[in-house]
Parts: sequence; C-alpha cells; structure tokens
Amino acid sequence: MKEVRLHGRGGQGGVTSAELVAIAAIDEGKYAQAFPSFGPERRGAPVAAFIRVSDKVIRTREKVYHPDIVVVLDHSLPSLVNVAEGLKEDGIVILNTALSEDEVRKEFGLTCRLALVDANTIAAEVLGLPITNTTMLGALLKATGIVSKDALEEAMDRRFGRIAEKNKTAMHRAFDETVVTG
Amino acid sequence: MAKRVGIEVSIAIAEAAKLARSEVIPAYPITPQTHIVEHLSEFVASGELDAEFIPVESEHAAMSCCCGSSAAGARTFTSSSSQGLSLMSEILYIPSTMRLPIVMVVANRALSAPISIWNDHQDIMVQRDIGWIQTFAENGQEAFDLTLHAFRVAEDRRVSLPMIVNIDGFTLSHVIEPIEILSQEEVDGYLPPFKPRYKLDPKKPITMGPVGIPEVYTEAKMAHSEAIKASKRVIIKAWQEFADMFGRQYNPVETYRCEDADVMLVTMGSISETAMTAVDKMREAGQQVGLVRIRLWRPFPSQEFRRAAGKAKVLAVIDRCLPPGAVCGPVGAELRSLFYKVPGSPKIFSFVAGLGGRDVTVERFEEIVDKARAYAKKRPRELFEVIGVREK
Amino acid sequence: MANTDAIVGWKTITFGCHVMEPGNSVNFRTGDWRSQRPVLDKEKCIKCGMCWIFCPDMAYTQTEEGYFEADMEYCKGCGICAHECPKDAIEMVTEEG
Repeated sequence: MKEVRLHGRGGQGGVTSAELVAIAAIDEGKYAQAFPSFGPERRGAPVAAFIRVSDKVIRTREKVYHPDIVVVLDHSLPSLVNVAEGLKEDGIVILNTALSEDEVRKEFGLTCRLALVDANTIAAEVLGLPITNTTMLGALLKATGIVSKDALEEAMDRRFGRIAEKNKTAMHRAFDETVVTG
Repeated sequence: MAKRVGIEVSIAIAEAAKLARSEVIPAYPITPQTHIVEHLSEFVASGELDAEFIPVESEHAAMSCCCGSSAAGARTFTSSSSQGLSLMSEILYIPSTMRLPIVMVVANRALSAPISIWNDHQDIMVQRDIGWIQTFAENGQEAFDLTLHAFRVAEDRRVSLPMIVNIDGFTLSHVIEPIEILSQEEVDGYLPPFKPRYKLDPKKPITMGPVGIPEVYTEAKMAHSEAIKASKRVIIKAWQEFADMFGRQYNPVETYRCEDADVMLVTMGSISETAMTAVDKMREAGQQVGLVRIRLWRPFPSQEFRRAAGKAKVLAVIDRCLPPGAVCGPVGAELRSLFYKVPGSPKIFSFVAGLGGRDVTVERFEEIVDKARAYAKKRPRELFEVIGVREK
Repeated sequence: MANTDAIVGWKTITFGCHVMEPGNSVNFRTGDWRSQRPVLDKEKCIKCGMCWIFCPDMAYTQTEEGYFEADMEYCKGCGICAHECPKDAIEMVTEEG
C-alpha cells in the first residue's frame, strides 16, 4: 500500500487531485481511498489531502501518519509547514519549486528523495492560472508511477469535460520537466 | 449490471436513495451530511429523480414533513447529523410508534459543546430509544447496500417501521473509495414499490396520531416494541436475499478471527476496519485476539451476539460516546445487561475512544486490549475508561 | 381519541394506534359539557352564517328558513358563536339545573 499526503492551500485543488488519483487507481482495478483533512474548508489556508492506493482491500480508517509520498502544490508551503513530517525512510517529497535541488535542500533542510518541477510557470503558461493541482499530478506520475497515465487522463476527462485537454497538457509538460533526485 | 466506481461515500448514498426511487426528500443540510442531500437535490433538479425535494427550514420540519409524506404513502428519505438530529428529537419518536417507514441516513457526528463537526456516536446514542431500526455501516459499500436494505426492511408490511443507517461522518461520508453501484434493474428487482398497510387517503379516511389515554398508551408502546423485536427476522431475510442477488453477505453481528480468542474487541461503524488491521497485527505477535462488530444496533441481536462473543474471556468494548455520570458507556452497558449472571460469560470493559474526530489507531486498539487483559485480572474501580485522554 | 370505549390489548390495538373509523367524533356527545347555551334573536340575525363557520364542533346547521341552529347534543356552550356574531344576535344563557 502506498500512502500519499498532498499539501496545498484551500482552493488550489488538492482535494480534486487526490480524488483523481484514487478514481484512476480504482478504474485500474486497484483499491484506493482519497480524503481531505476533515474539517471546515478555508480558502488560502494551508490544507492537506490524502490518498491510499493498494492492490489489496484497504482495511484502515486511520489518518495518514507516515506517507510514502508527499506532494506540495504551493511553492511557499515548505517554509511554513514541515512537509516531510512522518515521511517514510525511503519516501519522496515532490515539490513545486523554481529552485534547484541544492537550493531546496539548503533552504528547507530536506534530506529525503526529491522530485522538483516549476509548476507555477507551467500552470501560468498552459492554463493561464496559478492553479497547480493537475500540473503536479504530472510530477507525481513521473516520480512514482502510482497510477497509469491513461487511467489518470480518463479520470480527468470525466471530471473536467471541455477543460480537460488543457489540464492534461499541463500534466504532460510537468511529467517531462520533473527532475527526480537520487 | 453493477459497476465498480471510485466515488465519494455520500454520493453513493445519494445514488442509493435515487435508485430506490425515493418520492419525497425533506431535508436540511448539516455537516458532514451535506453532500448526500446536496446531490439528491441536484438529481431532482436535473430530472434524474422524479421526487419532491423539500428544502425545509429546520430538521424539526424535515422530520415532520417525512411523517406527513410517509403517512400519505410516499417513499420517504432524509438524512441528518448531530445537532440537526437532536433538533429532530421531538418528532423522531412519532413515526416509529405510528409505523411510518421513513429511511434516514445519519452521518454520525459529535454534539456541542464545544462545537465539533467531527465524528463520534454521541448524536445517535441520544436517539437510542426512538424505536427506529438502526444499523451501522463499516465502509462505503456497506453504506450504499444498507441504504437499499433499509427501504426494503422498513417498508416490509410485516415491519413498517422507520430505519436509520448510521455512517461515520467524514471518516466515511467524505472518503472516495471503490463502491459497486447496482443498476436500476438490479435495485428494482430487490426493492418492490412501496405499498403501505394504511395511508392517509381522502377516499378512505383514517386518523393517524390520535391521543392515547392511559388505558391505551402502554398497549400502543408495547405493540411497537414487539414489532421492532419481530422485525429482526425480516432484517436478516432481506440481507440473505441481498446476498443471493448481489453476493455480499451481511449479518447482525460479524466476527473477525474470533476462533480461540480470549480477548475480543467490540466495535460499531468504520473503526471496525482499523480494528481488523489491529487484530491481524496482534495475532501475528501471537496474541489470541478477535473482533466482534455490531451491525444491527436496534433491535439488538441478543442471540447472535451471545453466540458470537459468549466464549470470550474478556470483551473490550469501544464506546464512541462519553455519557457523563453514567455507570458505563452505552454499548458496554448493553452488553453487561445481556450477559448479566449468564454462567461463564465474559468480563466486559468499556473504553471510550474516538470522540469528536479523535483518530482510533491500530496502536490504540493494542493499548485497549492490553488494558482489558490487565483489568480482567484485577477488577477496576470504574466500568469505563476514556482512552487517549491527556492529563496535563 | 383512540379507543376510549373499547379497552384493547397490545395484540388487538389498531396498527400504529390509528383510528380506522372516519367521522367517529359523532359518537362523542359533548352537549352535556355545557353550562351555557346560545340563544338566537331572530330579529337581529342576518343569516350570515358566521356562527356556523366558527363553531369548533360543527354543531350548527342551517334550517329551512335560513337561520342557523346549534345541535344541543353537541354544543359545548363555548360561546364562540356569540363572540363572533357581527350583529350580537346570539346571547349565552346559563343552563338551568
């Protein structure tokens, strides 16, 4: 079982990202859960969402305490919250950042495996909006392969209808541009 | 054909109420039930569901409308939670003795104060004695299935009682997970149209809800009490038919790895799944631990529970409700009554856990089992203990 | 009221405690509750029927002449008709004995 924690700000679409991944996994015949950090929704405030994906039936309703994967949608969050909190030893943190690996490690004190992509620029250029949730799914795919690209695209088609194409383009570009460190 | 989809549990419940061809839905939104009625209102607005959606001014009005529509012979669905359910209290006792088969999904949530929108079972324990049939769902699939089952049982002319399906707020209501959604044909095959025994009909007038003078009141309540007891057979039969048709078997009480278990955890609702994982872990470490899950809470399945758990030495009951000043938590108290003076019956301890959204983790279950074992050796002063509470 | 004259057991009580017989209030003769009776002054009466509309027990019926008369088997003597009469044509008179 893989456990994922997404960090974002209220309104950035972190919950939607979690939903898309879970639905894609379920469409592939796997088991999955996606859920928000339970509570009132506050636009702009740091929020989290969670995903579990497994080949076997998932028998837990615990919160996610020790994620295998952390996805950070907002470039400003790593300096506000400890994004690596509880991360498994071989876990990976996927960041939306324009910084290099060295800069990220120095700035945020992260020692874990990293995947980096400048999702702000991609989202601004492709979507014309500073909404990075679908863009960051490209980075998630590149870094982990937690679901197949096809299943995720199908889930996006169903969810977004006529704006799906743009979001898929952003996802593809992020997939190509994401740098995964050793 | 049924289709396995990734779907939010609340939406799956709304689908179930739609597939059941609900005719009247009086409802008032409240967190964490909101998504259920929100989706139903969308189904009605889009014409996907031919029903009256009544956006009432309060839960008190919601349940009053439910009584009226059910009395008029319409298949009636609503949903509520917490403070909203409490606001319904005055009305909740009415449709049950009046034998009106309303179906309600309750997204279980804590009660104020302090204000909490998060999950526990205090809201429904307040309503323990309203005389409705009550089930608890463990996961999203069960929430969907039990909603359909509720219509089938409630409206059965031998039962004709209102029914509540309890689902844990947020922990179930807000989770996306794989759920097999039955087709309209499949649901129609399981759930016949609602044909009430009596209804308000201008062509054949009757009076519902008259005064019950002291010479009559006890008999009316006794008739209700016997009706809910007798409903157990229909509840089980409707589950059996569900299993025959769709392959998923439900029982009033379920056991997990209880063979040779000396300590058994007792749970209701979605923490049962985490408890299974905890039992697996403790079994791997060589402990003889099992799990008993109560799915049917009212009428309480006494025989089934005794059969399931009677051989345990210790029952560690999880109560998701803290009753101040009481002798024991409600589930613990129920089981203590059930086993009172039964020779060789297990020792029973109640552990209050998971209040107001506090997570009940695998480690908590391990702690509970350890404590229950220790208490069985030395009788504790109190019959219940609040687990995971900070002292300072 | 449910089954005031037939005391039944829980096995025989009506389903849901419903009253299955419509209009059975006719069996409850409430006239003996009365301490005052309405008396109509036909000189003042304009046959408007306000007494008939307001009577909570539906004790009033219209006569062939068009006046309204209360059935003393059911009139409780509440005085609402007298209170509502726009012409003060009804007087409540104390019952004797």
